[in-house]
Amino acid sequence: MQKKRLANLKEAAIRAFFFTCGVLAILALVGIFVTLITTAFPAFKEINIGQFLSGKTWDPTSPEKAEYGILSMIVSTLLVTGGALAIAVPIGIGVAAYLSDVAHWRVREVVKPIVEILAAIPSVVIGFLGMVLFAPAISKIFHIGHGLTALNGSLLLAVMALPTIISISEDSLNAVPAAYSEASLALGASRWQTLVRVKVPAALSGIIAASMLGMGRAIGETMTVLMATGNSRTFPHLPQAFLESVRTMTANIAIELGEVPYYTTHYYALFAIGLVLFIMTFVVNLVADVVLNKYQEREQ
Amino acid sequence: MKKSTSKNIRQMFGFLALRICLYLVLAVVLLFLYDIGRKGGGSISWAFLSQAPRRGMTEGGIFPAIFGTFIVTMITAVLSIPLGMCAAIYLNEYAKQTRLTRIIRLSIRNLSGVPSIVYGLFGVILFVNILHFGTSLLSAGLTLGLMTLPWTITASEEALKTIPNSYREGALALGATKWQSIRTNVLPYAVPGMLTGTVLGLARAAGETAPIMFTGAAFFLPMLPKSLEDQFMALPYHLYIMATQHHAILQVRPLAYGTALVLIVLVLGMNMTAVIIRYRLRRKQR
Repeated sequence: MQKKRLANLKEAAIRAFFFTCGVLAILALVGIFVTLITTAFPAFKEINIGQFLSGKTWDPTSPEKAEYGILSMIVSTLLVTGGALAIAVPIGIGVAAYLSDVAHWRVREVVKPIVEILAAIPSVVIGFLGMVLFAPAISKIFHIGHGLTALNGSLLLAVMALPTIISISEDSLNAVPAAYSEASLALGASRWQTLVRVKVPAALSGIIAASMLGMGRAIGETMTVLMATGNSRTFPHLPQAFLESVRTMTANIAIELGEVPYYTTHYYALFAIGLVLFIMTFVVNLVADVVLNKYQEREQ
Repeated sequence: MKKSTSKNIRQMFGFLALRICLYLVLAVVLLFLYDIGRKGGGSISWAFLSQAPRRGMTEGGIFPAIFGTFIVTMITAVLSIPLGMCAAIYLNEYAKQTRLTRIIRLSIRNLSGVPSIVYGLFGVILFVNILHFGTSLLSAGLTLGLMTLPWTITASEEALKTIPNSYREGALALGATKWQSIRTNVLPYAVPGMLTGTVLGLARAAGETAPIMFTGAAFFLPMLPKSLEDQFMALPYHLYIMATQHHAILQVRPLAYGTALVLIVLVLGMNMTAVIIRYRLRRKQR
Protein backbone atom coordinates (compact mmCIF):
# COMPACT_ATOMS: atom_id res chain seq x y z
CA MET A 1 0.00 0.00 0.00
CA GLN A 2 2.72 2.37 1.06
CA LYS A 3 4.73 1.40 -2.00
CA LYS A 4 1.81 2.10 -4.31
CA ARG A 5 1.34 5.54 -2.82
CA LEU A 6 5.02 6.28 -3.26
CA ALA A 7 4.84 5.20 -6.89
CA ASN A 8 1.85 7.46 -7.48
CA LEU A 9 3.70 10.35 -5.90
CA LYS A 10 6.67 9.72 -8.15
CA GLU A 11 4.42 9.66 -11.22
CA ALA A 12 2.82 12.95 -10.22
CA ALA A 13 6.22 14.55 -9.66
CA ILE A 14 7.44 13.41 -13.08
CA ARG A 15 4.30 14.72 -14.72
CA ALA A 16 4.72 18.05 -12.92
CA PHE A 17 8.31 18.26 -14.16
CA PHE A 18 7.33 17.80 -17.81
CA PHE A 19 4.42 20.19 -17.34
CA THR A 20 6.84 22.87 -16.11
CA CYS A 21 8.95 22.45 -19.23
CA GLY A 22 5.85 22.87 -21.39
CA VAL A 23 4.67 25.96 -19.56
CA LEU A 24 8.14 27.45 -20.04
CA ALA A 25 7.14 28.25 -23.63
CA ILE A 26 4.39 30.57 -22.41
CA LEU A 27 6.75 32.08 -19.85
CA ALA A 28 9.38 32.74 -22.52
CA LEU A 29 6.93 34.52 -24.81
CA VAL A 30 5.40 36.57 -21.99
CA GLY A 31 8.91 37.21 -20.62
CA ILE A 32 10.10 38.66 -23.92
CA PHE A 33 7.02 40.87 -24.16
CA VAL A 34 7.26 42.12 -20.56
CA THR A 35 11.00 42.75 -20.86
CA LEU A 36 10.50 44.83 -23.99
CA ILE A 37 7.66 46.83 -22.44
CA THR A 38 9.44 47.57 -19.16
CA THR A 39 12.69 48.52 -20.90
CA ALA A 40 10.93 50.62 -23.52
CA PHE A 41 8.73 52.38 -20.98
CA PRO A 42 11.27 54.92 -19.59
CA ALA A 43 11.79 56.23 -23.13
CA PHE A 44 8.29 57.69 -23.11
CA LYS A 45 9.02 59.91 -20.14
CA GLU A 46 10.86 62.12 -22.63
CA ILE A 47 9.38 61.13 -25.95
CA ASN A 48 5.76 61.67 -26.94
CA ILE A 49 4.48 58.29 -28.11
CA GLY A 50 2.56 59.85 -31.02
CA GLN A 51 5.67 61.65 -32.21
CA PHE A 52 7.68 58.46 -31.78
CA LEU A 53 5.41 56.60 -34.19
CA SER A 54 4.69 59.42 -36.64
CA GLY A 55 7.90 61.46 -36.58
CA LYS A 56 9.95 61.28 -39.75
CA THR A 57 13.30 62.22 -38.21
CA TRP A 58 15.46 59.92 -36.13
CA ASP A 59 18.38 61.87 -34.75
CA PRO A 60 18.97 60.87 -31.12
CA THR A 61 22.53 62.20 -30.95
CA SER A 62 21.79 65.70 -32.24
CA PRO A 63 23.50 68.28 -29.98
CA GLU A 64 20.63 70.80 -30.28
CA LYS A 65 17.46 68.76 -30.14
CA ALA A 66 17.33 64.98 -30.15
CA GLU A 67 14.53 63.60 -32.31
CA TYR A 68 13.01 60.17 -32.01
CA GLY A 69 10.67 59.55 -34.95
CA ILE A 70 10.62 56.01 -36.34
CA LEU A 71 8.14 56.45 -39.20
CA SER A 72 10.89 56.40 -41.84
CA MET A 73 12.12 53.05 -40.47
CA ILE A 74 8.61 51.57 -40.35
CA VAL A 75 8.01 52.67 -43.95
CA SER A 76 11.43 51.32 -44.99
CA THR A 77 10.69 47.97 -43.36
CA LEU A 78 7.29 47.76 -45.08
CA LEU A 79 8.80 48.87 -48.40
CA VAL A 80 11.53 46.22 -48.39
CA THR A 81 9.09 43.56 -47.17
CA GLY A 82 6.43 44.51 -49.71
CA GLY A 83 8.97 44.35 -52.53
CA ALA A 84 10.16 40.96 -51.31
CA LEU A 85 6.61 39.56 -51.27
CA ALA A 86 5.84 40.97 -54.72
CA ILE A 87 8.77 38.92 -56.03
CA ALA A 88 8.58 35.82 -53.83
CA VAL A 89 4.82 35.11 -53.81
CA PRO A 90 4.26 34.68 -57.58
CA ILE A 91 7.52 32.79 -58.08
CA GLY A 92 6.92 30.67 -54.99
CA ILE A 93 3.41 29.71 -56.07
CA GLY A 94 4.74 28.99 -59.56
CA VAL A 95 7.40 26.62 -58.25
CA ALA A 96 4.92 24.98 -55.86
CA ALA A 97 2.40 24.48 -58.67
CA TYR A 98 5.09 23.07 -60.94
CA LEU A 99 6.26 20.62 -58.28
CA SER A 100 2.77 19.47 -57.31
CA ASP A 101 1.15 19.33 -60.77
CA VAL A 102 3.68 19.16 -63.57
CA ALA A 103 7.00 17.78 -62.39
CA HIS A 104 7.96 14.13 -62.59
CA TRP A 105 8.54 12.71 -59.10
CA ARG A 106 12.24 12.33 -59.88
CA VAL A 107 12.49 16.08 -60.56
CA ARG A 108 10.76 16.72 -57.26
CA GLU A 109 13.25 14.50 -55.42
CA VAL A 110 16.10 16.59 -56.83
CA VAL A 111 14.53 20.04 -56.47
CA LYS A 112 13.28 19.76 -52.89
CA PRO A 113 16.70 19.28 -51.25
CA ILE A 114 18.06 22.19 -53.32
CA VAL A 115 15.29 24.45 -52.03
CA GLU A 116 16.09 23.22 -48.52
CA ILE A 117 19.72 24.24 -49.01
CA LEU A 118 18.46 27.75 -49.71
CA ALA A 119 16.56 27.71 -46.40
CA ALA A 120 19.69 26.62 -44.55
CA ILE A 121 22.03 29.39 -45.77
CA PRO A 122 22.65 31.79 -42.85
CA SER A 123 21.25 35.29 -43.30
CA VAL A 124 24.67 36.89 -42.88
CA VAL A 125 25.88 34.91 -45.92
CA ILE A 126 22.85 36.01 -47.94
CA GLY A 127 23.59 39.61 -46.95
CA PHE A 128 27.21 39.19 -48.00
CA LEU A 129 26.18 37.76 -51.38
CA GLY A 130 23.80 40.71 -51.77
CA MET A 131 26.72 43.07 -51.30
CA VAL A 132 29.09 41.32 -53.68
CA LEU A 133 26.71 39.91 -56.32
CA PHE A 134 23.36 41.71 -56.44
CA ALA A 135 24.37 45.27 -55.50
CA PRO A 136 26.96 45.72 -58.30
CA ALA A 137 24.44 44.32 -60.81
CA ILE A 138 21.75 46.74 -59.61
CA SER A 139 24.11 49.70 -59.80
CA LYS A 140 25.05 48.76 -63.37
CA ILE A 141 21.50 48.13 -64.60
CA PHE A 142 19.96 51.30 -63.15
CA HIS A 143 23.06 53.52 -63.56
CA ILE A 144 23.25 54.51 -59.90
CA GLY A 145 26.34 55.10 -57.79
CA HIS A 146 25.94 52.01 -55.60
CA GLY A 147 23.48 49.14 -55.44
CA LEU A 148 22.92 49.06 -51.68
CA THR A 149 19.24 49.93 -52.05
CA ALA A 150 15.78 48.86 -50.92
CA LEU A 151 15.48 46.84 -54.14
CA ASN A 152 18.59 44.87 -53.19
CA GLY A 153 17.06 44.11 -49.78
CA SER A 154 13.77 43.07 -51.40
CA LEU A 155 15.51 40.66 -53.77
CA LEU A 156 17.46 39.02 -50.95
CA LEU A 157 14.48 38.78 -48.60
CA ALA A 158 12.49 37.27 -51.48
CA VAL A 159 15.17 34.60 -51.82
CA MET A 160 14.94 33.93 -48.07
CA ALA A 161 11.13 33.79 -48.05
CA LEU A 162 10.93 31.44 -51.05
CA PRO A 163 11.59 28.11 -49.27
CA THR A 164 8.76 28.74 -46.77
CA ILE A 165 6.33 29.87 -49.46
CA ILE A 166 7.21 26.98 -51.78
CA SER A 167 6.94 24.21 -49.19
CA ILE A 168 3.71 25.33 -47.51
CA SER A 169 2.02 26.21 -50.83
CA GLU A 170 3.00 22.83 -52.25
CA ASP A 171 1.60 21.06 -49.19
CA SER A 172 -1.69 22.90 -49.49
CA LEU A 173 -1.92 22.23 -53.25
CA ASN A 174 -1.31 18.54 -52.59
CA ALA A 175 -4.00 18.59 -49.90
CA VAL A 176 -6.71 19.63 -52.38
CA PRO A 177 -8.95 16.54 -52.69
CA ALA A 178 -8.33 14.62 -55.94
CA ALA A 179 -12.10 14.67 -56.60
CA TYR A 180 -11.92 18.45 -57.26
CA SER A 181 -9.44 18.16 -60.11
CA GLU A 182 -10.98 14.94 -61.41
CA ALA A 183 -14.35 16.67 -61.69
CA SER A 184 -12.77 19.61 -63.49
CA LEU A 185 -10.86 17.38 -65.92
CA ALA A 186 -13.99 15.30 -66.58
CA LEU A 187 -15.82 18.47 -67.59
CA GLY A 188 -13.23 18.97 -70.33
CA ALA A 189 -10.97 21.51 -68.66
CA SER A 190 -7.28 21.29 -69.44
CA ARG A 191 -4.75 20.55 -66.69
CA TRP A 192 -3.71 24.22 -66.76
CA GLN A 193 -7.31 25.41 -66.38
CA THR A 194 -7.84 22.94 -63.56
CA LEU A 195 -4.71 24.21 -61.81
CA VAL A 196 -5.54 27.90 -62.14
CA ARG A 197 -9.31 27.84 -61.62
CA VAL A 198 -9.81 24.89 -59.28
CA LYS A 199 -6.71 23.86 -57.39
CA VAL A 200 -5.11 27.23 -56.63
CA PRO A 201 -8.41 28.76 -55.38
CA ALA A 202 -9.03 25.64 -53.24
CA ALA A 203 -5.54 25.92 -51.74
CA LEU A 204 -5.70 29.68 -51.34
CA SER A 205 -5.83 29.81 -47.54
CA GLY A 206 -2.65 27.73 -47.30
CA ILE A 207 -0.96 29.93 -49.87
CA ILE A 208 -1.98 33.07 -47.98
CA ALA A 209 -0.72 31.62 -44.71
CA ALA A 210 2.58 30.75 -46.39
CA SER A 211 2.93 34.31 -47.66
CA MET A 212 2.16 35.72 -44.22
CA LEU A 213 4.82 33.52 -42.61
CA GLY A 214 7.29 34.68 -45.26
CA MET A 215 6.26 38.26 -44.50
CA GLY A 216 6.83 37.81 -40.75
CA ARG A 217 10.28 36.49 -41.45
CA ALA A 218 11.08 39.35 -43.82
CA ILE A 219 9.97 42.04 -41.35
CA GLY A 220 12.16 40.61 -38.61
CA GLU A 221 15.22 39.83 -40.72
CA THR A 222 18.25 41.79 -39.55
CA MET A 223 21.61 40.87 -41.03
CA THR A 224 20.54 40.76 -44.67
CA VAL A 225 19.00 44.24 -44.72
CA LEU A 226 21.73 45.61 -42.47
CA MET A 227 24.41 44.56 -44.95
CA ALA A 228 22.58 45.11 -48.22
CA THR A 229 20.35 48.19 -48.06
CA GLY A 230 22.84 50.96 -47.28
CA ASN A 231 21.19 52.16 -44.03
CA SER A 232 20.72 55.84 -44.90
CA ARG A 233 18.29 57.62 -42.59
CA THR A 234 16.37 59.54 -45.25
CA PHE A 235 12.61 59.15 -45.53
CA PRO A 236 11.74 56.81 -48.43
CA HIS A 237 9.38 58.23 -51.09
CA LEU A 238 7.80 55.97 -53.67
CA PRO A 239 8.51 55.00 -56.37
CA GLN A 240 12.18 56.01 -56.54
CA ALA A 241 12.71 54.76 -52.98
CA PHE A 242 13.43 51.26 -54.29
CA LEU A 243 16.60 52.62 -55.85
CA GLU A 244 17.61 54.51 -52.73
CA SER A 245 19.32 53.41 -49.61
CA VAL A 246 16.97 52.77 -46.65
CA ARG A 247 17.31 51.89 -42.98
CA THR A 248 14.85 49.38 -41.52
CA MET A 249 13.86 49.03 -37.87
CA THR A 250 15.98 45.91 -37.38
CA ALA A 251 19.03 47.50 -39.01
CA ASN A 252 18.71 50.58 -36.83
CA ILE A 253 18.70 48.50 -33.64
CA ALA A 254 21.71 46.52 -34.86
CA ILE A 255 23.67 49.66 -35.78
CA GLU A 256 23.00 51.72 -32.68
CA LEU A 257 22.69 49.25 -29.80
CA GLY A 258 26.44 48.61 -29.83
CA GLU A 259 27.34 52.28 -29.45
CA VAL A 260 24.63 53.69 -27.24
CA PRO A 261 25.38 54.39 -23.54
CA TYR A 262 23.28 52.17 -21.27
CA TYR A 263 20.19 53.56 -19.52
CA THR A 264 19.79 56.69 -21.66
CA THR A 265 16.63 57.73 -23.48
CA HIS A 266 18.29 56.64 -26.71
CA TYR A 267 18.94 53.16 -25.23
CA TYR A 268 15.35 52.81 -24.07
CA ALA A 269 14.08 54.08 -27.44
CA LEU A 270 15.92 51.26 -29.21
CA PHE A 271 13.99 48.77 -27.07
CA ALA A 272 10.80 50.64 -27.99
CA ILE A 273 11.63 49.96 -31.65
CA GLY A 274 12.12 46.31 -30.67
CA LEU A 275 8.68 46.36 -29.07
CA VAL A 276 7.05 47.77 -32.23
CA LEU A 277 8.87 45.09 -34.25
CA PHE A 278 7.72 42.36 -31.86
CA ILE A 279 4.09 43.49 -32.08
CA MET A 280 4.18 43.70 -35.89
CA THR A 281 5.60 40.20 -36.35
CA PHE A 282 3.33 38.82 -33.62
CA VAL A 283 0.21 40.09 -35.43
CA VAL A 284 1.39 38.82 -38.82
CA ASN A 285 2.21 35.37 -37.42
CA LEU A 286 -1.07 35.20 -35.52
CA VAL A 287 -3.05 35.95 -38.69
CA ALA A 288 -1.06 33.29 -40.57
CA ASP A 289 -1.81 30.86 -37.75
CA VAL A 290 -5.55 31.53 -37.83
CA VAL A 291 -5.71 31.18 -41.63
CA LEU A 292 -3.69 27.96 -41.56
CA ASN A 293 -5.83 26.45 -38.77
CA LYS A 294 -8.99 27.24 -40.65
CA TYR A 295 -7.72 25.44 -43.68
CA GLN A 296 -6.58 22.44 -41.68
CA GLU A 297 -9.96 22.21 -39.95
CA ARG A 298 -11.70 22.22 -43.30
CA GLU A 299 -9.45 19.44 -44.54
CA GLN A 300 -10.38 17.19 -41.64
CA MET B 1 -11.34 21.61 -82.51
CA LYS B 2 -9.95 25.11 -82.85
CA LYS B 3 -10.91 25.92 -79.28
CA SER B 4 -9.12 22.90 -77.97
CA THR B 5 -5.83 23.86 -79.70
CA SER B 6 -5.93 27.34 -78.15
CA LYS B 7 -6.55 25.64 -74.82
CA ASN B 8 -3.51 23.46 -75.40
CA ILE B 9 -1.36 26.40 -76.37
CA ARG B 10 -2.38 28.25 -73.26
CA GLN B 11 -1.53 25.22 -71.17
CA MET B 12 1.86 24.97 -72.86
CA PHE B 13 2.70 28.59 -72.08
CA GLY B 14 1.34 28.27 -68.56
CA PHE B 15 3.49 25.28 -67.74
CA LEU B 16 6.45 26.99 -69.39
CA ALA B 17 5.99 29.97 -67.05
CA LEU B 18 5.97 27.66 -64.04
CA ARG B 19 9.10 25.94 -65.30
CA ILE B 20 10.82 29.32 -65.64
CA CYS B 21 9.98 30.10 -62.00
CA LEU B 22 11.63 26.84 -61.00
CA TYR B 23 14.74 27.48 -63.10
CA LEU B 24 15.05 30.96 -61.60
CA VAL B 25 15.09 29.60 -58.06
CA LEU B 26 17.56 26.85 -58.96
CA ALA B 27 19.77 29.39 -60.74
CA VAL B 28 19.93 31.57 -57.63
CA VAL B 29 20.91 28.64 -55.38
CA LEU B 30 23.58 27.45 -57.80
CA LEU B 31 24.90 31.00 -58.32
CA PHE B 32 25.22 31.46 -54.54
CA LEU B 33 27.00 28.16 -53.98
CA TYR B 34 29.22 28.57 -57.05
CA ASP B 35 30.32 32.10 -56.16
CA ILE B 36 31.18 31.24 -52.57
CA GLY B 37 32.80 27.95 -53.51
CA ARG B 38 34.99 29.46 -56.24
CA LYS B 39 36.09 32.65 -54.49
CA GLY B 40 36.16 31.20 -50.99
CA GLY B 41 37.99 28.04 -52.03
CA GLY B 42 41.11 30.06 -52.84
CA SER B 43 41.52 31.27 -49.26
CA ILE B 44 41.07 27.89 -47.63
CA SER B 45 44.25 26.33 -46.35
CA TRP B 46 45.31 24.56 -43.20
CA ALA B 47 46.79 27.82 -41.96
CA PHE B 48 43.50 29.65 -42.57
CA LEU B 49 41.62 27.07 -40.49
CA SER B 50 44.14 26.72 -37.69
CA GLN B 51 45.59 30.19 -37.10
CA ALA B 52 44.35 33.39 -35.50
CA PRO B 53 43.88 36.60 -37.51
CA ARG B 54 47.03 38.72 -37.77
CA ARG B 55 47.95 42.33 -38.62
CA GLY B 56 44.62 43.96 -37.89
CA MET B 57 42.76 40.98 -39.35
CA THR B 58 44.23 41.52 -42.82
CA GLU B 59 46.12 38.23 -42.67
CA GLY B 60 46.02 34.91 -40.89
CA GLY B 61 43.12 32.58 -40.25
CA ILE B 62 39.81 32.23 -38.50
CA PHE B 63 40.46 29.55 -35.90
CA PRO B 64 39.18 31.62 -32.94
CA ALA B 65 35.90 32.19 -34.79
CA ILE B 66 35.47 28.48 -35.56
CA PHE B 67 36.27 27.64 -31.95
CA GLY B 68 33.85 30.28 -30.61
CA THR B 69 31.00 29.14 -32.85
CA PHE B 70 31.62 25.52 -31.77
CA ILE B 71 31.50 26.35 -28.04
CA VAL B 72 28.50 28.67 -28.25
CA THR B 73 26.57 26.04 -30.24
CA MET B 74 27.38 23.49 -27.52
CA ILE B 75 25.92 25.81 -24.86
CA THR B 76 22.87 26.31 -27.08
CA ALA B 77 22.45 22.54 -27.30
CA VAL B 78 22.81 22.04 -23.55
CA LEU B 79 19.97 24.47 -22.86
CA SER B 80 17.73 23.75 -25.80
CA ILE B 81 17.82 19.96 -26.21
CA PRO B 82 16.77 18.78 -22.72
CA LEU B 83 14.19 21.54 -22.26
CA GLY B 84 12.80 21.07 -25.75
CA MET B 85 12.56 17.29 -25.37
CA CYS B 86 10.83 17.53 -21.98
CA ALA B 87 8.33 20.08 -23.29
CA ALA B 88 7.64 17.83 -26.27
CA ILE B 89 7.15 14.81 -23.97
CA TYR B 90 4.61 16.83 -21.99
CA LEU B 91 2.73 17.96 -25.10
CA ASN B 92 2.64 14.59 -26.83
CA GLU B 93 2.41 12.16 -23.89
CA TYR B 94 0.68 13.96 -21.03
CA ALA B 95 -1.23 17.03 -22.22
CA LYS B 96 -4.96 16.78 -22.82
CA GLN B 97 -6.82 19.05 -25.24
CA THR B 98 -7.35 21.89 -22.79
CA ARG B 99 -7.24 25.60 -23.20
CA LEU B 100 -3.85 25.70 -21.48
CA THR B 101 -2.42 23.20 -23.95
CA ARG B 102 -3.69 25.29 -26.84
CA ILE B 103 -2.04 28.37 -25.35
CA ILE B 104 1.26 26.49 -24.95
CA ARG B 105 1.13 25.44 -28.60
CA LEU B 106 0.23 28.95 -29.72
CA SER B 107 3.16 30.34 -27.69
CA ILE B 108 5.57 27.90 -29.31
CA ARG B 109 4.42 28.86 -32.80
CA ASN B 110 4.72 32.55 -31.97
CA LEU B 111 8.13 32.13 -30.35
CA SER B 112 9.42 30.70 -33.61
CA GLY B 113 8.23 33.86 -35.35
CA VAL B 114 9.93 36.33 -32.99
CA PRO B 115 12.69 38.17 -34.90
CA SER B 116 16.20 37.07 -33.98
CA ILE B 117 17.25 40.60 -33.05
CA VAL B 118 14.42 40.72 -30.51
CA TYR B 119 15.93 37.61 -28.90
CA GLY B 120 19.16 39.61 -28.85
CA LEU B 121 17.45 42.49 -27.01
CA PHE B 122 15.92 40.04 -24.55
CA GLY B 123 19.31 38.41 -23.97
CA VAL B 124 20.89 41.79 -23.24
CA ILE B 125 18.34 42.51 -20.53
CA LEU B 126 17.93 39.05 -18.96
CA PHE B 127 21.31 37.37 -19.27
CA VAL B 128 23.76 40.27 -19.61
CA ASN B 129 22.14 42.71 -17.15
CA ILE B 130 19.71 41.04 -14.74
CA LEU B 131 21.60 37.76 -14.28
CA HIS B 132 24.99 39.55 -14.50
CA PHE B 133 26.52 37.11 -16.97
CA GLY B 134 27.90 40.10 -18.86
CA THR B 135 28.68 39.94 -22.57
CA SER B 136 29.95 36.39 -22.59
CA LEU B 137 29.83 32.94 -24.15
CA LEU B 138 27.20 32.01 -21.57
CA SER B 139 24.85 34.92 -22.35
CA ALA B 140 25.12 34.37 -26.10
CA GLY B 141 24.65 30.61 -25.79
CA LEU B 142 21.60 30.98 -23.58
CA THR B 143 20.09 33.57 -25.94
CA LEU B 144 20.56 31.20 -28.88
CA GLY B 145 19.24 28.33 -26.76
CA LEU B 146 16.04 30.21 -26.09
CA MET B 147 15.69 31.05 -29.77
CA THR B 148 16.07 27.40 -30.85
CA LEU B 149 13.70 26.12 -28.13
CA PRO B 150 10.50 26.30 -30.25
CA TRP B 151 12.23 24.47 -33.13
CA THR B 152 13.52 21.77 -30.76
CA ILE B 153 10.07 21.27 -29.25
CA THR B 154 8.39 20.97 -32.65
CA ALA B 155 11.03 18.57 -34.00
CA SER B 156 10.93 16.42 -30.86
CA GLU B 157 7.16 16.22 -30.94
CA GLU B 158 7.24 15.11 -34.57
CA ALA B 159 9.56 12.27 -33.54
CA LEU B 160 7.26 11.25 -30.65
CA LYS B 161 4.27 11.23 -32.98
CA THR B 162 5.86 8.55 -35.15
CA ILE B 163 5.85 6.04 -32.25
CA PRO B 164 2.69 3.90 -32.59
CA ASN B 165 0.23 3.97 -29.69
CA SER B 166 0.41 0.20 -29.38
CA TYR B 167 3.93 0.55 -27.92
CA ARG B 168 2.57 2.65 -25.07
CA GLU B 169 -0.49 0.48 -24.55
CA GLY B 170 1.62 -2.66 -24.45
CA ALA B 171 3.55 -1.39 -21.47
CA LEU B 172 0.48 0.01 -19.72
CA ALA B 173 -1.37 -3.28 -20.14
CA LEU B 174 1.46 -5.08 -18.33
CA GLY B 175 0.92 -2.79 -15.35
CA ALA B 176 3.64 -0.24 -16.07
CA THR B 177 3.04 3.31 -14.92
CA LYS B 178 2.80 6.11 -17.43
CA TRP B 179 6.41 7.16 -16.95
CA GLN B 180 7.66 3.55 -17.13
CA SER B 181 5.86 3.11 -20.44
CA ILE B 182 7.37 6.32 -21.80
CA ARG B 183 10.83 5.48 -20.55
CA THR B 184 10.99 1.91 -21.79
CA ASN B 185 8.69 1.85 -24.80
CA VAL B 186 8.64 5.35 -26.27
CA LEU B 187 11.89 7.23 -25.63
CA PRO B 188 14.36 4.57 -26.83
CA TYR B 189 12.68 4.65 -30.24
CA ALA B 190 12.02 8.39 -30.35
CA VAL B 191 15.31 9.86 -29.09
CA PRO B 192 17.33 9.37 -32.31
CA GLY B 193 14.60 11.12 -34.30
CA MET B 194 14.39 13.87 -31.70
CA LEU B 195 18.13 14.44 -31.91
CA THR B 196 18.25 14.68 -35.70
CA GLY B 197 15.47 17.27 -35.69
CA THR B 198 17.35 19.17 -33.05
CA VAL B 199 20.58 19.20 -35.03
CA LEU B 200 18.74 21.06 -37.82
CA GLY B 201 17.81 23.76 -35.28
CA LEU B 202 21.36 23.92 -33.97
CA ALA B 203 22.67 24.39 -37.51
CA ARG B 204 20.46 27.43 -37.84
CA ALA B 205 21.62 28.74 -34.47
CA ALA B 206 25.27 28.32 -35.49
CA GLY B 207 24.69 30.65 -38.44
CA GLU B 208 22.82 33.36 -36.51
CA THR B 209 24.41 36.74 -35.95
CA ALA B 210 21.82 39.17 -34.57
CA PRO B 211 21.24 37.39 -31.22
CA ILE B 212 24.97 37.21 -30.35
CA MET B 213 26.06 40.66 -31.56
CA PHE B 214 25.27 42.31 -28.24
CA THR B 215 25.37 39.36 -25.87
CA GLY B 216 28.93 38.14 -26.29
CA ALA B 217 30.46 38.06 -29.76
CA ALA B 218 33.57 40.22 -30.11
CA PHE B 219 35.14 42.09 -33.02
CA PHE B 220 38.60 40.69 -32.36
CA LEU B 221 40.24 38.93 -29.42
CA PRO B 222 43.95 38.25 -29.07
CA MET B 223 43.31 34.91 -27.35
CA LEU B 224 40.76 32.16 -27.09
CA PRO B 225 38.05 32.39 -24.39
CA LYS B 226 39.17 30.65 -21.20
CA SER B 227 35.86 30.48 -19.37
CA LEU B 228 32.15 30.81 -20.08
CA GLU B 229 32.32 34.39 -18.85
CA ASP B 230 34.70 35.49 -21.60
CA GLN B 231 33.72 37.09 -24.86
CA PHE B 232 34.31 35.11 -28.03
CA MET B 233 34.72 35.41 -31.79
CA ALA B 234 32.10 33.70 -33.96
CA LEU B 235 32.03 32.79 -37.65
CA PRO B 236 28.85 34.66 -38.65
CA TYR B 237 29.83 37.80 -36.75
CA HIS B 238 33.36 37.60 -38.15
CA LEU B 239 31.91 37.47 -41.67
CA TYR B 240 29.78 40.54 -40.92
CA ILE B 241 32.85 42.41 -39.62
CA MET B 242 35.04 41.40 -42.55
CA ALA B 243 32.34 42.34 -45.05
CA THR B 244 31.23 45.69 -43.68
CA GLN B 245 33.18 46.97 -40.65
CA HIS B 246 36.83 46.33 -41.49
CA HIS B 247 39.05 49.33 -42.26
CA ALA B 248 40.26 47.74 -45.52
CA ILE B 249 37.17 45.97 -46.80
CA LEU B 250 38.33 45.30 -50.34
CA GLN B 251 41.72 44.04 -49.21
CA VAL B 252 40.17 41.45 -46.87
CA ARG B 253 37.43 40.35 -49.27
CA PRO B 254 39.15 36.98 -49.94
CA LEU B 255 39.21 36.35 -46.19
CA ALA B 256 35.48 37.23 -46.01
CA TYR B 257 34.77 34.75 -48.83
CA GLY B 258 36.79 32.11 -47.02
CA THR B 259 34.84 32.72 -43.81
CA ALA B 260 31.54 32.49 -45.71
CA LEU B 261 32.61 29.19 -47.25
CA VAL B 262 33.60 27.69 -43.89
CA LEU B 263 30.30 28.86 -42.37
CA ILE B 264 28.22 27.41 -45.21
CA VAL B 265 30.10 24.10 -45.15
CA LEU B 266 29.59 23.89 -41.38
CA VAL B 267 25.86 24.65 -41.53
CA LEU B 268 25.10 22.50 -44.57
CA GLY B 269 27.28 19.75 -43.12
CA MET B 270 25.20 19.69 -39.93
CA ASN B 271 22.02 19.66 -42.04
CA MET B 272 23.30 16.85 -44.22
CA THR B 273 24.31 14.74 -41.21
CA ALA B 274 20.84 15.12 -39.72
CA VAL B 275 19.11 14.28 -42.99
CA ILE B 276 21.28 11.19 -43.59
CA ILE B 277 20.70 9.89 -40.06
CA ARG B 278 16.97 10.47 -40.43
CA TYR B 279 16.94 8.64 -43.77
CA ARG B 280 18.74 5.65 -42.22
CA LEU B 281 16.35 5.66 -39.27
CA ARG B 282 13.29 5.61 -41.50
CA ARG B 283 14.67 2.66 -43.42
CA LYS B 284 15.43 0.83 -40.20
CA GLN B 285 11.93 1.49 -38.84
CA ARG B 286 10.39 -0.09 -41.91
